[in-house]
Amino acid sequence: MNHTGALVSARGLTKIYEGPPEHVAVGGIDFDVRRGEAFGFLGPNGAGKSTTMRMIGCVSPRSGGELTILGHDAARDRRTIKARLGSVPQDDTLDTELTVEENILIYGRYFGLRRDVIRERTDRLLEFARLTDKRASRVQDLSGGMRRRLTIARSLVNEPDLLLLDEPTTGLDPQARHLLWERLFRLKQDGVTLILTTHYMDEAEQLCDRLAVMDGGRIVAHGSPRELIERYVTREVLELRFPLDRHEQAAEKARGIGERIEVLPDRLLCYTSDGEAALEEAGRRGLDPLTALVRRSGLEDVFLTLTGRTLIE
Amino acid sequence: MSAAVLVERNLMIYKHTWYVLLAEIFEPILYLLSIGVGIGVLVGSVTGVTGGSPVRYAAFVAPALLATAAMNGAMNETTFLMFGKLKTDRTYESMLATPLSERDVALGEIAWAVLRGTLVSLAFLAVITALGLVESPWAILVVPGAALIAFAFATAGVVVVTFLRDWQDMQYIQLVMLPMFLFATTFYPLSVYPRPVQLVVQWLPLYQSIELLRNPALGVLSPRILVAAVYLAAMGALCLTVAVRRLGRTLAA
Repeated sequence: MNHTGALVSARGLTKIYEGPPEHVAVGGIDFDVRRGEAFGFLGPNGAGKSTTMRMIGCVSPRSGGELTILGHDAARDRRTIKARLGSVPQDDTLDTELTVEENILIYGRYFGLRRDVIRERTDRLLEFARLTDKRASRVQDLSGGMRRRLTIARSLVNEPDLLLLDEPTTGLDPQARHLLWERLFRLKQDGVTLILTTHYMDEAEQLCDRLAVMDGGRIVAHGSPRELIERYVTREVLELRFPLDRHEQAAEKARGIGERIEVLPDRLLCYTSDGEAALEEAGRRGLDPLTALVRRSGLEDVFLTLTGRTLIE
Repeated sequence: MSAAVLVERNLMIYKHTWYVLLAEIFEPILYLLSIGVGIGVLVGSVTGVTGGSPVRYAAFVAPALLATAAMNGAMNETTFLMFGKLKTDRTYESMLATPLSERDVALGEIAWAVLRGTLVSLAFLAVITALGLVESPWAILVVPGAALIAFAFATAGVVVVTFLRDWQDMQYIQLVMLPMFLFATTFYPLSVYPRPVQLVVQWLPLYQSIELLRNPALGVLSPRILVAAVYLAAMGALCLTVAVRRLGRTLAA
């Protein structure tokens, strides 16, 4: 990979929380984020995604390895780097006592921007976040989706080159998520590089050009969503559900259907290039599932294949 | 000076919640009226403080309550409110994502706490002046004095807050502050105590704060003012060094 041309470049990046007990949150990872792309860290809770984000955001110092952001060393040039970053943390940290407009104003002041410059940008940001008519409302009166959009609008006040989003849509309803995705997609089109974490498959597939799949503080695979699916799983999956008391027995009987069987607590997954044929084979073997579903493989299957676990447990 | 932006933020917030500060002035006024004026009727005047003439009891108590107001105003900000921002609101997390550093946050919050403690004291000074409880034009020294008290306790508050684990730990602060308020010569002169107790009380930061304000308020220009000022400045400087280091470490985990 191109080490010097990357916007963010990590080699052997490590974060150890000194104990007791000592905890290795990130155990030596390598990645490069290119200008203009949307790069995602995908993994379950506790995989080390947020810690990685905090190190990229120059908020948490690294314990080891190299980390270069926008051409600067993350430990040495924190202020310079942070001036060009936008950051959307996992939980909204807005000032709830202040109005929507004031939140953007004071956040801009943190960057040392002049009040008139911020005022001028505020109109555009509020329009972008669809909050123009909420300008004078207190944050405590906003819905979850609105707060999220305000957090994103606020993070853009310094016109960042790189936007960090830690689980941007966790806790939002489907409508709010789609609106947010659309806004993020627009940012990407405007040339802002995005780095985000998620444990939602659909989010990773919708937004990310490239992904790093994380588990236990390590990157277990990386590539575009399509590459990952092609590399690690078959084209289709047959999902079979049985009554719980016949689950074990059915798993035994299904052995050999398709290329590989994954036994989950509540269902069987048969990985195969031809789902319909696998379903017929199941019928021939006398399997009588409660429900049967043939679908295309997705990132969830990649993760399951790599780690033996599902993303949201 | 990028730390100044924290003062700016607090001013913006108190524009909405200014009544909180009003409530803080209310407390010393209640003490002044109930104990200073009310019990003052029974006490009459206090002698042996100014070196000569006896002092009305309310005028004796008022500067001590002013010192306490400066102390509480500053310390509320850096203990109670700061703990909320650290643990519940995660205010500093969003600041540290910007070019602001841990040091900026520490210095900025202390600067605001000093300003707030001084403002509360000024308002209380206006009240006691209106009530005719200020004995001397030297009382003007109370203003920089209140700022120095606020500085010493604001920095001490930051040091304390870095040791707190949860809201229950807040009780330990009260466990120290309340007895200190009651016994640091707020309501009677040091001469009430036997000599060994006097030696202990003289080391209390609130005792020194009261000395710093009571002497000029009563028109006594004693070297004790200087001693108190040096004590509080040293305490503030020491706490500031520790506060910046410890808060920096807490924030950069």
